Amino acid sequence: MHNASKHLLFILAPLVVVFALLPGVYQNHLLLFNFVIFLILAQGVNIIYGFTGYLPFGYVGFFGAGAYGFAIMVMHLQTPAPLAVLVGGAVAVVLGLLLTPLLRLSGAYFAIANLAASLAVLHFVANPALEGITKGPYGVSLTGTFNPTHAYYAAVVVMALTVGAVVYLKNSPFGLALQAVREDAVSASMAGVNIIKMRVIAWLASALVAGLAGGIYAWYVSVFYPDNVFSGEFSIFAIVFALFGGVATITGPIVGVLILYGIYNLIGFTTPQYFQLIYGLLIMGLVLFLPAGLVSLATRRGWHVP
Amino acid sequence: MSPEKAPILEVSKLVKRFGGFHALDGLSFHVVPGEILGLVGPNGSGKTTAINVISGLYAPDGGEVVFDNVSSGGIASHKLVHRGINRTFQVPKPFLSLSVRENIQVALAYGGATDAPSIAELLEEYRLKEVADRPAADLNSAQQKMLDLTRALATRPRLLLLDELAAGLNPAELDWIAGRIKALAATGMAIIVVEHLMGFIEQITDRVIVLNAGKEIFEGTLATAVREPQVIEVFLGGEHAH
Repeated sequence: MHNASKHLLFILAPLVVVFALLPGVYQNHLLLFNFVIFLILAQGVNIIYGFTGYLPFGYVGFFGAGAYGFAIMVMHLQTPAPLAVLVGGAVAVVLGLLLTPLLRLSGAYFAIANLAASLAVLHFVANPALEGITKGPYGVSLTGTFNPTHAYYAAVVVMALTVGAVVYLKNSPFGLALQAVREDAVSASMAGVNIIKMRVIAWLASALVAGLAGGIYAWYVSVFYPDNVFSGEFSIFAIVFALFGGVATITGPIVGVLILYGIYNLIGFTTPQYFQLIYGLLIMGLVLFLPAGLVSLATRRGWHVP
Repeated sequence: MSPEKAPILEVSKLVKRFGGFHALDGLSFHVVPGEILGLVGPNGSGKTTAINVISGLYAPDGGEVVFDNVSSGGIASHKLVHRGINRTFQVPKPFLSLSVRENIQVALAYGGATDAPSIAELLEEYRLKEVADRPAADLNSAQQKMLDLTRALATRPRLLLLDELAAGLNPAELDWIAGRIKALAATGMAIIVVEHLMGFIEQITDRVIVLNAGKEIFEGTLATAVREPQVIEVFLGGEHAH
């Protein structure tokens, strides 16, 4: 069987089936929804960081832009929710296009500039002068579209598409070329790769998935403030989950989210007083002993990890 | 090499400055299909800068580069690769975490060559078959140089620029790679070789250009060059001349 088919059959399909069926047997639907959102965001980080090497510290900017794109369409144009989600994705892509000059930067400079950009978008949206459009700092309350069940399944669909995109990157010359650009941009250009085009495509793809996730999040919660959907926690969590599992793989970010977000919630429920301590120690341990993520436990032994 | 062939590359009055430093200061030369041209000169004479400009890594500050009758100065590298120019690097630059095979696959997929050689062929010819599925980071420096060369050849260049490919190779490897380079030229590929190893240059080149301070000071065979007082002066210093 072709590698891509194997990955779709043995990674993507079980993931989708499990998350599609879980709401029937597990009652904490909000927790399941958050898992799916973080699976999308961690894979979005994987696309831009794992495959091109840009660490998006302001990744939440796309998520928030998607949430507000959704909200504005619903509030002002009474757009049906699924269509508004697509607009949310489109808004994030437009924001990504505006931010393409950041791709000239590298390393920490890119991360800092991206963080600053996401804060700028937050303050733009939360500006009281824009109350007529975004409701400014007073927050959004959407009536008429509230339907957590539909929003949940929309999230599962976007998760499937995002993981599918990563399966494509892992199995196509396009994904290989992206990794070549990450490894050495000069050599990649001498292999005939248009490095600017490749970086922009990966950047916009990762913006799109975060925007769609943001739109679906707004659909699910219906009531939110700018600080909620532009919270730096989304960026940090998505990055930490992706790195914990291991980037530039299909399974790494999935494993990262399931384990780390699972532990996060477990500690939060059982021993909330030690929560920050335990979580912090876990992350420090990861950085010190497994800088290439959990999957490196297998790759170090010469096993191939999809 | 047949003298009646039209040049595939013509460089005229090329200038490249870095701040106040003139790395290239009016350099002119040409190369014809099937020819192996040596670029020699002391460190800092502008050899690598010339290769960097011809391969599109630097835009020239003056003068002209004409490849295959079309002006190519300042055009992005990947477009020049598609037109038929490629190069190796003084310090090889493979994609370290990708396997040897994947390194070549990128160039095959994106190099734009319609009649690209097969991966198996390249791996076999450049002695990389045994390490094909290992990450490029695991290769020794000679193997990394060969990988750099196969990455270039996978795009089927008509002009190949070799920047110190021979440095660090042992005598047996030198003989072998000299044979490979001559075989490539015999297919009609024009090759420019930047090299410090004079024996190697003598073995493979038809003609050399000696550079000093970004200018050509000699053109001809290496055997004649070593008898030129001006050439001896720039290599050994003024007191050794004559």
